[in-house]
Amino acid sequence: MKAYRKNPVGAHYGLGDWLLQRLTAVVMALFTIVMFACLIVDAPHGYAEWKAIFSGMTMRIATMLFIASLLYHAWVGMRDIIMDYLGATSVRLTAQSAVGFALVAYLVWAAAILWGR
Amino acid sequence: MSAAPTPRPKHYRPYYDLNLAHLPPPGLVSIFHRISGLLLFFPIVPTLLCFMDLALGSQAGFDRVHGWFEHPLAKLVAAAVFWAYAHHFYAGIRFLLLDLHWGIAKAAARSSALAVFALGALTTLLVAWRYW
Repeated sequence: MKAYRKNPVGAHYGLGDWLLQRLTAVVMALFTIVMFACLIVDAPHGYAEWKAIFSGMTMRIATMLFIASLLYHAWVGMRDIIMDYLGATSVRLTAQSAVGFALVAYLVWAAAILWGR
Repeated sequence: MSAAPTPRPKHYRPYYDLNLAHLPPPGLVSIFHRISGLLLFFPIVPTLLCFMDLALGSQAGFDRVHGWFEHPLAKLVAAAVFWAYAHHFYAGIRFLLLDLHWGIAKAAARSSALAVFALGALTTLLVAWRYW
């Protein structure tokens, strides 16, 4: 029987994260450009217009896609920062868990804002 | 022929230069990309979600958020937050282009770094002019 051996330091373990961080960046950049263009050309006035923007299904799904991309993008980015500056394993694990919980909370909160009323 | 390399001293002091003014433009773009990313994760995104929650919840909530942004200090903070987002956006696009080996030479990397700062400032000014 061949024992399962995993190379713990192979650089290729980060490739998926690296690529996804860039793909999510492109998704967020496209959303940002469209949103920015819309808001700069015709800024909404008042509550009714503001609410109307986020009432369409396309806009809600696009916003959720943005927040979901943000979740993954920020997870990788914050992990990079934590790995660079926090030394002790216990501190690092605590910080990364806190980041993970916070990001999932952002996602749920965004969904509640868009659909919860 | 060069001389044999001098052996590394056994005890040497690690060198830290935390003065940002000593960094070249590409280095500044990079560190501000990191700092703005950290600030966007916390506290900017949760704060914006909080504003969205209020502003989309009811007319009263919308008026409250609107009222907060009337304050000059709040406008200044909003501009700073917008700059952080704009910088992260432009610097991120620059990094994506570098990943594609676009503008990788030293001179090009330097000009694109300066362009990131210029675009970030211009976009922030545009938004400030449009909304104030």
